[in-house]
Order: sequence, then C-alpha cells, then structure tokens
Amino acid sequence: MSELLQFLFSGLTVGAVYALVALGFTIIYNASDVVNFAQGEFVMLGGMITVFTYAAGLPLPLAALVAIVATAAIGVALNKLAIEPARGAPVVSLIIITIGASIFLRGVAQVLFGKQIHRFPSFSGDAPFRIGGATILPQSLWVIAGGIAVFFALYLFFTRTLTGKAVLATSNNRLAAQLVGINTNWVMTLSFALSAGIGALAGVLITPITNTSYDVGIALALKGFAAAMLGGMGNPKGALVGGILLGIIEAMTAGYLSSQYKDAAAFVIILLVLFVMPQGLFGAKQTERV
Amino acid sequence: MTLRNLMMTAATCSMAAMPALADINIGASISETGPAAFLGDPEAKTLRMEVEKINAEGGINGEQINLIMYDDGGDANKARTFATRLVEDDEVVAVIGGTTTGTTMAMVPVYEDAEVPFISLAGAVEIIEPVNEWVFKTPHTDRMACEKIFEDMKAQGFSKIGMISGSDGFGKSMQAQCKGVAESSGVEIVADEVYGPQDADMTPQLTNIKGSGAEAILNSGMGQGPAVVTRNHTQLAIEAPLYQSHGVASKQFIELAGTEAAEGVRLPAAALLVADQLGDDNPQKPVVQGYRDAYEEETGEDVSTFGGHAFDALYILKAAIETAGSTEPAAIRDAIEQTAGFVGTAGEVNYSAEDHLGLTLDAFEMLEIKGGEWTIVE
Repeated sequence: MSELLQFLFSGLTVGAVYALVALGFTIIYNASDVVNFAQGEFVMLGGMITVFTYAAGLPLPLAALVAIVATAAIGVALNKLAIEPARGAPVVSLIIITIGASIFLRGVAQVLFGKQIHRFPSFSGDAPFRIGGATILPQSLWVIAGGIAVFFALYLFFTRTLTGKAVLATSNNRLAAQLVGINTNWVMTLSFALSAGIGALAGVLITPITNTSYDVGIALALKGFAAAMLGGMGNPKGALVGGILLGIIEAMTAGYLSSQYKDAAAFVIILLVLFVMPQGLFGAKQTERV
Repeated sequence: MTLRNLMMTAATCSMAAMPALADINIGASISETGPAAFLGDPEAKTLRMEVEKINAEGGINGEQINLIMYDDGGDANKARTFATRLVEDDEVVAVIGGTTTGTTMAMVPVYEDAEVPFISLAGAVEIIEPVNEWVFKTPHTDRMACEKIFEDMKAQGFSKIGMISGSDGFGKSMQAQCKGVAESSGVEIVADEVYGPQDADMTPQLTNIKGSGAEAILNSGMGQGPAVVTRNHTQLAIEAPLYQSHGVASKQFIELAGTEAAEGVRLPAAALLVADQLGDDNPQKPVVQGYRDAYEEETGEDVSTFGGHAFDALYILKAAIETAGSTEPAAIRDAIEQTAGFVGTAGEVNYSAEDHLGLTLDAFEMLEIKGGEWTIVE
C-alpha cells in the first residue's frame, strides 16, 4: 500500500512538472494556433537566470523574479523579431520559426551559461514529508501548488477578463477580432510575455528537483507537448490534467511493470487517447461553418 | 589551403611569440558540445591550456605543437568525418579524443587504415579489448569500476545488491559490465532498474529495489541522473548504502545532490579528486595537484577527472614523441606502447603489446563523501 502511495507521489511530482510546461503552451496556442516549441527554452532560461542571479548574491525570491521578468522580455523579443515579421505566413511556418528560435536560445545559453548542470536549493529544505509510509519532498508540493495556481489564474484570465477573451477572439479569427477593435499585435505580444513568464516560473519551481542545464528544454518541451496533447491543446484544464496523468502513468509503469517501458507506455497511452478522441481529453470539437 | 596555413602560422607566431616552422600536428576530436559536453568541455579546455603551456616551454624536441581540434558534438558520424579530415587534410601525427565510446569506435577504423596512433578518452572496455595496434586509452574502464565497487561491497559484507542504471550509453555499458563480473566478484544482483538520463524522480525504481532485499545499491550513470537518485535515496530513507560510479567524479555531483543527501555515498575515482589527501610519498601527488591548480586558475571551474584523461593522453603522447625522437606516426605508436611508469592523473600507466589501458585496480581510490568532501576509504 505504501508502495502505491509512493508511486502516486512520484507521479504527482513529475506530472506537475509536465503540467507547468504544458500550461505555458496554452496561451500562445490560444492566441495564434501556434505551438511554440521554444517553450522548453523559456523553462530553461527561468532556471538558468535564477541560478546565476542567485549565485551573484541576490536573495532567491528576487533572483526568481528577475528570471521571470527577463524571460518574459525575451518572449516579447521573440515575438517582435521573429514571429511578427512573418505574419501572414502559414501556421506551420510559424511553428518552424519557433523551432529555430529554440535552437538559437539553446546556443546562446550554452555560450553564456556554460555546459555544466546547475541547481539552487529547494525553497523549504529537503526534509521529506512522511504520509502513510511514503515520502514526498516539500519542493514537489511547491511545484504542484504552482501548477494549480497557474491553472486557476489562466482559467480566470480566459473566462473572466476582457483581455483573455480578446486573446481567444484573436485566435478564433484574427481579421474579425481586428474589426471589432482588438489590437491583435498587442494580444500577441502579451501572450508571448505571459507564456514566457509562465515557462520561467516553471523553471524556477522545478530546478531544485530536476536540475538545469542549457539543453534541458528539449526533453521538457517534448513531455510538456505530449501532456498538452493528451489533455487537449489550448485548454488550461487539459494541460493540468494531461500533465499529471502522464506523470502518474510513467510512475505506475516504472513501479509495477518495468522501468524500461516507462516512456514507451506513456506515449502508447497518448496515441490510444488521440485515436479515440483526436482533440484530447478536454479539447473542444471544432466546427467549421460554411 | 595556403591561406589557411599562413593564418595558422601567423596565429601560432603571435600567440607563442616565437617562430614555428616545423610544427607537430596533433589532432583531436572532442565532444565539446552536445549531450557529452560536460565530459568534452573540460577535455578541450585542458588540451588548449596544456598545449599552450608546452609550446611556451619550448615545445616537444624544440618543435611547436599545432593542436587541430574539432568539436564532434557527441555525434559518431561527425566524428568519423573529422577523423578522415584529420588524417587526410591536416596530416596529423597522432590523435587524442573520442570523448564518448560511440565517437571513439566510429573513428577507430579511420586511424587504423591511416596507421595513425589514437589515444581515446572514453570509458568502455571494448575500445582496448581486443587490442588494436593503433588504439590506446587513458580512463579506467567501466568493468574496473564494477570490480572495485563489488570488492568494497564484499568487504562490507554485502552480497545481495540492487542496480539502478541510466539508459544512456555510459549507464547501459556499465550495467552490462557489472552484470558480467557480478558472479565472479561474488555478489548477486537482485534488482535491476533503469531511468532516463533527464528523469526528475526515481522513487518508483528505488522503492522496488528497497522491496527486493538488496543490501547495497549501485547506480551506474552520469550527468544529472545520479544526483536525483542520491536525493531520492535519502528521501526514501533507504538503509542499503548507495554506491555511485566514476561517472559522477566531479565536485558538481555533490552540489547537485546536496551535501546532506550525498553523505556516505561511495564511489571509485582517480586520485585527482583527493589530491591533497594523498600521502606525501605518493608519486601522483605533485602531478594531480599541479594539474588541478592550473586548471582551476585557468577556467575558474572545479577540476573533474574527465579533463584529467585528456591531460594524461597529451603527456603520454609528448613523452612518446620525445622518446621516439621522431614525428613518424609508426615510431610514435611504438613509443606509446613502450610507456612504462608514466604517472598521470588516472594512475600509473604501463602500456604493453597486450595492454593498451595500462592501469590496474590500484589506480582507483575508493572514496566516500563526508561533510560535502571526498575522503579516501581506508
């Protein structure tokens, strides 16, 4: 029984990491239908900048804030310098631009921060909580709480605020949105800033658990993307549930089946879900009106 | 081509401020970037630093070294292309490198055909077994690490052990080697788990090992995985002690795992990590202290054993060229094979026609982490 609980805690920890990355995908996707493959690099930058500002002597909360603001600025720059000039290009081209951006950011990070693996201390120490014979680290709770907080913030943003609705409107039909007076350029800039900021926040929360180096973005983006697909792209609820589900599937496979099949099992289940529900668990069905 | 030569000569002249008419071309293909960058980066830095030093001191037999180094990014195909370029265009007399076993094995046939001596910096035993006339290596093999660890486990009275391994090349290779020597070392592997090199949590695997009755746990892996395993081992309060491989032999590991979690972890490693704790009569002491101080001053980073492998390879090569008194690849090869009593960062190297590794188990020190520092296990 304590084993099951331990596998569950492991799944929650890893799943919350995936969920945070998946949540970052949501905003840019909602604004532009573009899957931003530089999302993993935003997570890396959040962790890395915190590592270096913390090492330079800033207190951890301030270092984290600097990292989040700086990464948001990089997100805006990415939009202004790479995405906006290519406006009107098909979505696939924009996605390829984000892949290029991710390679570029990784390269710059490699030169600036070096190739070493880094970490900063957990927020509230490393003494694990014991629950029913299983253990969970305080930092895992920070990641899970962070995931839930970002989910609620995004949920409220998209359903309760005019700006959030403007983002959704822009995604739905850019021209129509412009016609009703929405500044779509501003919406895009905002969504890149928010998305990069959420990515950076994820990096800050997960680095004490996962460590960080210039190339962690690829693996994180892949798993985060898988989680987002599982839950339904563009839906914050889907990102949260998809991430945690993916984490739990991995942990249960590693625990009960074999750790050899952990990654494979997760992807097989995602494929099965997508066969049955192509929109993911919480994705809205698209209807085209002619 | 002429323009490039001119630029090279100009660069060498301005850097070393002395005429360099007859250079010794030494090639290197290192994984300075890519997944093995944390191995290749200190190797490349070491080679640049030491070549500059040797040149400043007058070179080898009065000739300057011209280091031609490529970054293969850990990609075996690239490494092979660079190997061809090194022997055909750059006309090197010897090559150092192959950061990983994969890149090394991809390059071996090229050097064998061209008859150019090659000193690899990679770990796997397959590089020097069976012996290839032209191929040598400086790091300890993963099989030696298994034997050293099992020896220590037996001495502690543990015979049932659990293994947890990274699914990357190093982890897999060492896992296979350890399984191969387990029986002859007198230990039984009762649990065998695997994790991905970027995984964030290994508690399910460790929970299974805990339930298998293992008396000690061995993690074969490198990079960030072992740090996570170490933290999870502490998190789950597992009583069976944790052994790591020489793949974590850098100060960075203790930082990543955290001082508390790393307490009591044992691993076999080269004397480089405990330079100051070696006895004054230990012949390795001045070598490892000298290299460590120079490296840390030059780069501002902590020394790791990986850079030490490049250091050893370069100086074995230097000694061989001096002994041979010639820059003919065949003469250099013969001289490398005659290397005896060479004291490097990895231990005392004695190559022979049958042994192109030249290290014994004594070259490993068994270390334990105490209070965030490496200490030698008596």
